[in-house]
Amino acid sequence: MISIRNLTFSRGEQKIFDNISLDIMPHKITAIMGPSGAGKTTLLKLIGGQLIPDTGSITVDGKNIHQLSRAQLYTLRKKMGMLFQSGALLSDMSVFDNIAFPIREHTQLPENIIHTLVLLKLNAVGLRGARHLMPSELSGGMARRVAMARAIALDPEVIMYDEPFTGQDPISLGVLVRLIQTLNKTLQLTSIIVSHDVEETTSIADYIYVLSQGQIAGQGTPKELAESDSEWVQQFMHGKADGPVPFHYPCDSFTADLLAH
Amino acid sequence: MNKKSTEILVGLFVCIGIAALFFMALQVSNFQALQNKASYTITANFENISGLKDEALVSMAGVPIGRVSNIQFNADDYNAIVSMRIDQQYANLPTDTSASIYTAGLLGEKYIGLTAGGMDEFLTEGSIIELTQSSLILEELISQFLFSSSDK
Amino acid sequence: MNYLQHLGHSTLKSLAKLGRASLFFYTIITALPYVLMRPKLLIKQMFSVGVLSFWLIIISGLFVGMVIGLQGVYTLSTYGAEGSLGIMVAASLVRELGPVISALLFAGRAGSALTAEIGLMKTTEQLSGMEMMAIDPIKYIIAPRFLAGFLSLPLLALLFSSLGILGGHLTGVELLHVDVGSYWVQMQSAIDFYDDIVNGIIKSVIFAWIISWIALFEGYDALPTSAGISSATTRTVVNSAFAILFFDLLLTAIMFGSA
Ligand SMILES: Nc1ncnc2c1ncn2[C@@H]1O[C@H](COP(=O)(O)OP(=O)(O)O)[C@@H](O)[C@H]1O
Ligand SMILES: [Mg+2]
Repeated sequence: MISIRNLTFSRGEQKIFDNISLDIMPHKITAIMGPSGAGKTTLLKLIGGQLIPDTGSITVDGKNIHQLSRAQLYTLRKKMGMLFQSGALLSDMSVFDNIAFPIREHTQLPENIIHTLVLLKLNAVGLRGARHLMPSELSGGMARRVAMARAIALDPEVIMYDEPFTGQDPISLGVLVRLIQTLNKTLQLTSIIVSHDVEETTSIADYIYVLSQGQIAGQGTPKELAESDSEWVQQFMHGKADGPVPFHYPCDSFTADLLAH
Repeated sequence: MNKKSTEILVGLFVCIGIAALFFMALQVSNFQALQNKASYTITANFENISGLKDEALVSMAGVPIGRVSNIQFNADDYNAIVSMRIDQQYANLPTDTSASIYTAGLLGEKYIGLTAGGMDEFLTEGSIIELTQSSLILEELISQFLFSSSDK
Repeated sequence: MNYLQHLGHSTLKSLAKLGRASLFFYTIITALPYVLMRPKLLIKQMFSVGVLSFWLIIISGLFVGMVIGLQGVYTLSTYGAEGSLGIMVAASLVRELGPVISALLFAGRAGSALTAEIGLMKTTEQLSGMEMMAIDPIKYIIAPRFLAGFLSLPLLALLFSSLGILGGHLTGVELLHVDVGSYWVQMQSAIDFYDDIVNGIIKSVIFAWIISWIALFEGYDALPTSAGISSATTRTVVNSAFAILFFDLLLTAIMFGSA
């Protein structure tokens, strides 16, 4: 479905991806994990065509998205839904209008059909009752569910979730995990989850890539990763405080620091 | 704020803005005077117009009856030719009307004052006023005054 | 050496920013036809940009006019020329104070709000979100706001000047008993519709273009953090003020210099 080949991308001096290749399987949930700042959001923006790689290619549905014209890119984007970390709901519209927005913009459907569609989408995330609320009146978990409803508004083939679990209470966490799973099944979606929440991600992902320092540090099914022999992957998957990633920010030894004064 | 009242307020805002434009045109500026009211053009030759400008007032007995429409230099006799647009409603100016250039106040704008004569025929489009008196030039006035007082 | 390096570096940065701003402006222009087909978007922005600045402009205009009325009478009466008060009030408002002060107020009221709004939309990924929904935020968000600013400020400037002239009437004529006839008649004979009023409107159209452009670009170009938004908002107000004063000088020299 999506394949990334020899991707290199830098921001200023900083190399965020250094020659990585990975594949996203159709109709599966693929997770991309890694510590904060590893470039997970950046990867999603590259896939969505919002950023342009230095070298390498990203093909979605057989099309190299960085060689598409603007119009073709926009057509392709209608097949991709993305859930931003913050939800990215338009703050001057109600929940209902937020979900109706992409449908109204991209189709000529009459208003009564749009109404039905929006209620269907809201029902799928369990928020039909919240349709009149404004985004500022939603809790974090609800905002993400509304954003999910909006992401599936145009019946996309691919959906990308940017850190869907971060900062959620245990109940909404459970709801979100279940929703991602059921949406993937019932709508036959290809899902990409970007996250650093090991437990929730491993519980639903079919395949996982772990990013670290511009490289793919490990990949495999959740089970394979849990048993990985890479020390780094072990530290990340089990949340150990010290390991290849040291607890201390690089510095001289403590005694040397003390004696310096 | 619902949609309808937003639209109404924006409409009101635009209307008030356009009303302000009309106010500017009709109450504040000479826009009305610029609209081609029926008028006829006469000319007059002056030796010196110092400081008279286009659109300066033309008045008779202190009442504005027209405006200066054009000022040109005549290279044949070294005079200035001043064209004036006179409102059609004042079509009964005698042909021996005289024209002088005055200053409003001591340092104010220059304007043309017409003084009616006594003939029975009237000025029409293209007529030329023969009797003119040039603008008073302050410097000349002062020097005249100084010389005449030193004579005594 | 270090200083020169720094200078060169910041010059290049400014040039790059100007380049981005010009490109941004170009994309706005290409998006304007879309806005004209969607008048609802425009009306909504005319409300927040124009209508919400209404009272500020009205009240400021009235007070500025009243002050010119008072000062004018005191100054002109020294020369026995109170009759010219109308000319003084109207000429200063229509040519200079109306366009300039309303533009400065507009930059502070509407310009800063635009920058903050766009910056916040960027920070909360609303703009990226739209792009991912295959909706161009320039068309949908930026261009309607640009057009609204562009249309609103000239109207606001006209209101400012009108209210100012009425304010001058209040203090000059009603309070200090300047002759009502000479206030209006002298004004009418001295103020030229094309030279003064139309030129004043042209000024405010140009200011409207500058402010809307700066405000929207600063928001769009802001660093997506709260500190980024706050410094972008400050830049909008400061840069707009400089640009207004600079262009006012330039335009005055072009328009009234030869008269
Ligand atoms: N707009 C930007 N400009 C410059 N650097 C950025 C920008 N966005 C992200 N970065 C940098 O790119 C790196 C990867 O960011 P990101 O993809 O957001 O990480 P993650 O989502 O994995 O936490 C970080 O070091 C971040 O500082
Ligand atoms: Mg991120």
